Amino acid sequence: MNILVNAEPRDITSVTLAEALTELGFHSPAIATAINGQFVARDARPTTPLAEGDRLEVLAPMQGG
Amino acid sequence: MQFYGTDIASRLLLGTAQYPSPAILAEAIHACGTQIVTVSLRRETAQGSGAGFWDMLRDTGARVLPNTAGCHSAQEAITTAHMAREIFGTNWIKLEVIGHSDTLQPDVFALVDAARELTNEGFAVFPYTTDDLVVGERLLDAGCEVLMPWGAPIGSGQGLRTPDALRAMRAHFPDTPLIVDAGIGRPSDAAQAMELGMDAVLLNTAVARAGDPAAMARGMALAIEAGRLGHTADPMERRDMAVPSTPILGLAELG
Repeated sequence: MNILVNAEPRDITSVTLAEALTELGFHSPAIATAINGQFVARDARPTTPLAEGDRLEVLAPMQGG
Repeated sequence: MQFYGTDIASRLLLGTAQYPSPAILAEAIHACGTQIVTVSLRRETAQGSGAGFWDMLRDTGARVLPNTAGCHSAQEAITTAHMAREIFGTNWIKLEVIGHSDTLQPDVFALVDAARELTNEGFAVFPYTTDDLVVGERLLDAGCEVLMPWGAPIGSGQGLRTPDALRAMRAHFPDTPLIVDAGIGRPSDAAQAMELGMDAVLLNTAVARAGDPAAMARGMALAIEAGRLGHTADPMERRDMAVPSTPILGLAELG
């Protein structure tokens, strides 16, 4: 299925968010996720399904003012 | 001084962006003794760059204040706040909702909406706002216990554009911690903010873009301490005319 990962089109086989993060190579524990602008908590990733066209954002700590 | 029930000794809050290197950022944090540093969230790369930064920051011992920088709507800011709470393990959030891309002026209407919802969800909100008193009242009504008025546009280094408005804010909110956030360029700007009775100063670019960030961080900390002492020591009134400070009594006639 085709989804957008941090605005980049990706073709994945995973059906849940947790599986997709592993498939996409996001192994850091210091990440947070949102699908279509809605926050998805870490505990909910294994039970959160992905759908064609979903916009997945994977964010990490960064310098800020 | 307390922010949301937490005792804080250092009145300097430091941003972590734009430093020449992570090592220089760490030097600046140590040089000024700040206990609160601001951080943000950005898209993770496949290399996992975010984790290294977070590890370095934890080693400094400073408490983190995540921001919602770059958000232009209440919903974006709320989602970002939730993501930040999970990653950084704190309910503190520096709430920014930007109204203009060029001036980075806060959208105070969306700010109040976002502050209310986040407070209801258990966040301790530090709102980046203007010096408008009515907006300040609305933010307190929404549950904020701290206000962060701007001194000048973010990153401009102009110093305090409207010191009289900040003085009015101090008088209007005598018991609310006020943190000047944005616009500080030099130590004298920070000292002025403290002399006006602000409780603390949040700055980033002025230190990060200085030729010697660690030295500037130390200079800012000293200026903030000096300004705070100046405020609490009750400064003299200005006079229109000169008044000799050396006694006239006993002056010799030598002419």
